[in-house]
Amino acid sequence: MILTDESVKKIEEKMARYPRRKSAILPALTVAYFQVGHLSKEIYEEISHIIDIPALEIAEAATFYTMFPKEPVGKYLIQVCHNISCALLGADSLIKYLEEKLEIRKGETTSDGLFTLISVECLGSCASAPMMQINDKYYENLTREKVDRILAELRGQG
Amino acid sequence: MEKKLLFKNIDDPDQVKIDTAVSKGAYKAWAKALKEMKPEDVIAEVKDSGVRGRGGAGFPAGVKWSFIPKDNPRPKYLVCNADESEPGTCKDRVLMEQDPHLVVEGMCIAAYAIGSHLAFIYVRGEFVKPYRTMEKAIAEAYEKGYLGKNVMGTGYDLDMVVHTGGGAYICGEETALLNSLEGERGMSRIRPPFPAIEGLYACPTIVNNVETLACVPHVINNGAQWYKSMGTEKSPGTKIFSLSGHVERPGNYEVELGTPLSYLINDLGGGVAGGRKLKAVIPGGSSTPFLLPDQLETPLDYESIAEAGSMLGSGGVIVIDDRTCMVWVIERLIHFYKHESCGKCTPCREGTGWLEQLISRIEHGEGKEGDIEKIETICDNIMGRTVCPLGDAAVMPIQSSIKLFREEWEYHIKNHECMVKTEFEFK
Repeated sequence: MILTDESVKKIEEKMARYPRRKSAILPALTVAYFQVGHLSKEIYEEISHIIDIPALEIAEAATFYTMFPKEPVGKYLIQVCHNISCALLGADSLIKYLEEKLEIRKGETTSDGLFTLISVECLGSCASAPMMQINDKYYENLTREKVDRILAELRGQG
Repeated sequence: MEKKLLFKNIDDPDQVKIDTAVSKGAYKAWAKALKEMKPEDVIAEVKDSGVRGRGGAGFPAGVKWSFIPKDNPRPKYLVCNADESEPGTCKDRVLMEQDPHLVVEGMCIAAYAIGSHLAFIYVRGEFVKPYRTMEKAIAEAYEKGYLGKNVMGTGYDLDMVVHTGGGAYICGEETALLNSLEGERGMSRIRPPFPAIEGLYACPTIVNNVETLACVPHVINNGAQWYKSMGTEKSPGTKIFSLSGHVERPGNYEVELGTPLSYLINDLGGGVAGGRKLKAVIPGGSSTPFLLPDQLETPLDYESIAEAGSMLGSGGVIVIDDRTCMVWVIERLIHFYKHESCGKCTPCREGTGWLEQLISRIEHGEGKEGDIEKIETICDNIMGRTVCPLGDAAVMPIQSSIKLFREEWEYHIKNHECMVKTEFEFK
């Protein structure tokens, strides 16, 4: 089993709130994503057993939603918003700065498996641009100094 | 002046706690609606107030509610749309994070008005903090008896569930949202039937934006007449504008509808950042056509912005200064719309891809004679020819950019480079 007992319990609790089990697919995928960091066929199978919906239907839904990586990523998934409000305040230069700092290109993972860098569409943080999301947390009004601090902190924890 | 109605209590960090919220009047309107008003009275009051949908469409909320059939024996559902994803818009998040009980209360009253005993709030998946804050607020509301069985001893049952999405812009469109909530791919549905007739699980359903529902407790507490005393005749009340881009003080500002755009940008926002020159403003989220510097006195209400050639939309105001290439802006946006097209309708699915290719090659100096005309033809073939408004949303900023800044597009093709070099450095 990939999903922990705690995740299974969370999914079961969520499922009980809906008139129809199928509605629990997205919440279940979210629980799995925040536990594992990405989704996979094995996870679709496990969710299928918990909510009693064919794994194919789970996969059908999952592949529509781009928030969930379908391949393994680093421990910290850095998602930089590159949409217009952030771009006007230098999102491209932020991505370049992160590429230099992490010594990877956008789309890649550091060799120690700690960081994956991607850019994403608007995260609804336009008035605090430029910004990025790392796992479940928003980092806003970014400056070079802030980015240095965030990376150092995460490296310390990693 | 800022007019803080929905934002009245957001500066108090304790406002997320139910005791603090209640001490400032939260759930008073819910008690009033439930104990003193019939559902049809609630609908009539909200209809009379003229509150319009704040998600982008601007449709009167009370009128929408009145479409719920009275003789349909199936369950009714209320869904709060918190999938905030229109680029430039970041207001619903503030309401959820800083005054979640106002949102819960608005949902309670709307649910009661349409005869719903189960309400959902669909929060975009990336919004983890708003999600957790809403979950906690709802748990507190259950504890205090504002939700659950026999609410406040009236015999009315109401349950509320927070649902999370998976990062799809299209799910902010109400029928796509409903498919997503059912566990399907988030693709829009052909209307009619409208959700009020056949929505969630094919039952009568009302979908309202977070900000729209947050207006409702104020209307119930103070009455439609009072609400109408703010704003303009056709656009009553207040509206939260998310101000972003090249502006000195970006942020979310609540003002009366009808406040001039210049007041928002210059007085509240401190003007264009660094004292630079304004080039264009996107007034209602990235899908809305540009306004020019000489239109800055346009009042921010649905009618005036429409008259000026754009839309009030979601209230996402994006300020663009004169260092910005308008082809670059559009390249950024078409990339987004192509990424977010759900793929259901051919004009949008194929068209956004073609547009992205053409626009990208122009931006990168490889544009050819006739590309602009090709873009215009594709736009014409998407506009109004798709099931949901995503196709129109993709096309409107492109058409506007070509119309207002055609010389920049032509310069690009002729000289194989930007007329304005766009390189923004973060601090």
